[in-house]
Amino acid sequence: MNAKMTPSSTSASNVPGKPAGDGLRFYGVWLLGIAALIVLPMIFSSGGSLTSFSLIGIAIVFALSYNILLGQTGLLSFGHAVHYGLGGFAACHMMNAVVAHKWPIPLPFIPLFGGLGGLVFAIIIGWVMTKRAGTVFAMISLGIGELVASSSLILRSVFGGEAGITTDRTALPKIFGWSFGPQVQVYYLIAFWLVLSAIAMYALTRTPLGRISNAVRDNPERVQFIGYDPHVVRYLAFCFAGFFAGVAGGLAAINFEIANSAYLGAIQSGLVLFSTFIGGTAYFFGPILGAILVTYLQLGLTSVTSVWQLYFGIIFIGIVMFSPGGIAGLLMMHRPLVRAGTLLTVIPSYFVAIVPTLALACGVILTIETVARFSGGETINLFGVGFKPQSPVTWIVALVLLVGGGFVARLSWGRIAEAWDRAATVARDRGYLA
Amino acid sequence: MLELIVISTLNGVLFGMLLFLLSSGLTVIFSMMGVLNFAHASFYMLGAFFGFQLTKWIGFWPALVLAPLLVGAIGMAVERYGLRNTHKHGHVAELLLTFGLAFAIEEIVSMIWGKSPVDYRVPTLLDFPAFTIFSTNYPAYKLFMLAVSIVIFIALLIVLKRTRVGLIVQAALTHPHMVGHLGHNVGRVFMAVFGVGSALAGLAGVIAGPALVTQSDMAAALGPILFVVIVFGGLGSLPGAFIASLVIGLVQTFAVALDGSLASAFGPLDPSAGPSVLTDIWNVTIAQVAPIVPYLLLVIILIVRPMGLMGTRES
Repeated sequence: MNAKMTPSSTSASNVPGKPAGDGLRFYGVWLLGIAALIVLPMIFSSGGSLTSFSLIGIAIVFALSYNILLGQTGLLSFGHAVHYGLGGFAACHMMNAVVAHKWPIPLPFIPLFGGLGGLVFAIIIGWVMTKRAGTVFAMISLGIGELVASSSLILRSVFGGEAGITTDRTALPKIFGWSFGPQVQVYYLIAFWLVLSAIAMYALTRTPLGRISNAVRDNPERVQFIGYDPHVVRYLAFCFAGFFAGVAGGLAAINFEIANSAYLGAIQSGLVLFSTFIGGTAYFFGPILGAILVTYLQLGLTSVTSVWQLYFGIIFIGIVMFSPGGIAGLLMMHRPLVRAGTLLTVIPSYFVAIVPTLALACGVILTIETVARFSGGETINLFGVGFKPQSPVTWIVALVLLVGGGFVARLSWGRIAEAWDRAATVARDRGYLA
Repeated sequence: MLELIVISTLNGVLFGMLLFLLSSGLTVIFSMMGVLNFAHASFYMLGAFFGFQLTKWIGFWPALVLAPLLVGAIGMAVERYGLRNTHKHGHVAELLLTFGLAFAIEEIVSMIWGKSPVDYRVPTLLDFPAFTIFSTNYPAYKLFMLAVSIVIFIALLIVLKRTRVGLIVQAALTHPHMVGHLGHNVGRVFMAVFGVGSALAGLAGVIAGPALVTQSDMAAALGPILFVVIVFGGLGSLPGAFIASLVIGLVQTFAVALDGSLASAFGPLDPSAGPSVLTDIWNVTIAQVAPIVPYLLLVIILIVRPMGLMGTRES
């Protein structure tokens, strides 16, 4: 059964050895990313955007660590936030201990201890958990997640009960004269750890362990035949994922100066799963995209609508059903077409589809908001147009957009598929598509 | 003490039978289709809320029949238009689809009915104490719940063991491809089983709603326990699911009822030692530990017997 679990993810992420000319481009992308991280706070220097960037940075590290499990090793975990949360608690306790005992450990080293917190728990529990992959692992991870989240409320001396553990990041020894009081300094700390963790996690995918993890994901039986134990490989991947999740938790603890049981909970585990899967698990940059999008939506939607989580659910279901490769998968589908020079034949059908698809999306939004605000009666503001949730006009508009938009959108999607097939056939003929 | 034992046993068996109404559907769906239906507890919640709403409109007894049928229809639609299309992407994608559904259903329910509990009352016909033991009135409605679950249990047993449909379902549990080769429409069997499983979950919701709390987080609270039940009993084993349901039901009910702690049994620790993990564990009551007991059982069974109580296969 395991052999059948992951047929969808066999093809991707196994980039064959690169030709020499690609080296420059490869390092170029990384340097560009680092440069963007350095420049961003200088362009958007308001407090709100700095906070958002910090949150996004943490979310990226967390999502990348999750992808070591889901994308690289094929382990679907519903309890990854356990390592994140324990990392956060470890970092908080470490910070308080540093202050109490006057140890000469400055703040930038604290995420390492967060990572160790996540790692230690992974080492302890991982061996039992990774005995089996697939659905069973998913369920066990859910159970362990609930176990830890509930226990954290009982062990009050360690987890601080409902209130959590607070700390003061500015009380630690200074380094380079930085007190880490201002958000911009915390941002650079997070960006530094983000780059460090991203490089480390990318390097991990290129090691023999990373390769054999891919093999375990795709066909554990054959891995056994060539002399590796899939259980050990899964365990090692689980420990690495736990470590980097702990780093993310440590960063979160530094950012918020608090760790509480919400860090460990099912909601946090669900969010990282959403980010990673929406971004795309088959490519290294997928979770980065997903983390940016989900965190951005989370921050942006909460102020606009009370049912923002429902939109998450709908986006997630849409991705699972129509594009299991996530956003990264969708983008990378176009690569062979770009190389073959046939992309331009597809673009017009995209433009045709935009209008009905937007109409359908507006219909869905209007329907949801009408139901959500029916009893309250607040006006729905959809792109500057006001709708009263109790007026039949709104219902009719919503219905027309939903049914009409849906019908035309389906037709236009069919045209995309046709155009796509033609372009792909040409690309195949030119040898750019297997 | 005897009073506590009798009442808790009754309640425990009742909770266990409710769990079995849910876990039986989940187990059959899992063994036939390889899909772990994350949204199963959400169907239970839908049942409770449909039951509440229909009771308000047309009364409890029609709701008892209609609400499960509605939930079953939704389940069949999910199978037909969701899972069947996702099947080609593998089991993980199917699991994720049901995960997303569970998330969306919870949000939709709290959007329509709000986040606070709704006033879903026991029907007046059954709103009286059935009998009194040791000064405790045992409500008739709970007996009714017990009776319904037992009737469903027996009906399920007869259908599975004595009818042709049951024969096909049983065969499809272990050899779905062979059943397909024999000319049965496996797709339709899947859809029917998914529908019946969802309807059973919906029924459990309708009857449990008035006795427990009908609230938008009830699925999230029960879902993980349900998974513990089917892993504990052994994936794909109906008898295992039955035993595990009763065990978890009884253990949890007794844990909630017991108020002892290590401190009350062996006396308090030396207070001069200060607060530590040990004092936390020493002072916590069994009732406080109750929520984590199922998960502890899960960890223990995974270490001792990874395939579960009655499970036969490793994965």
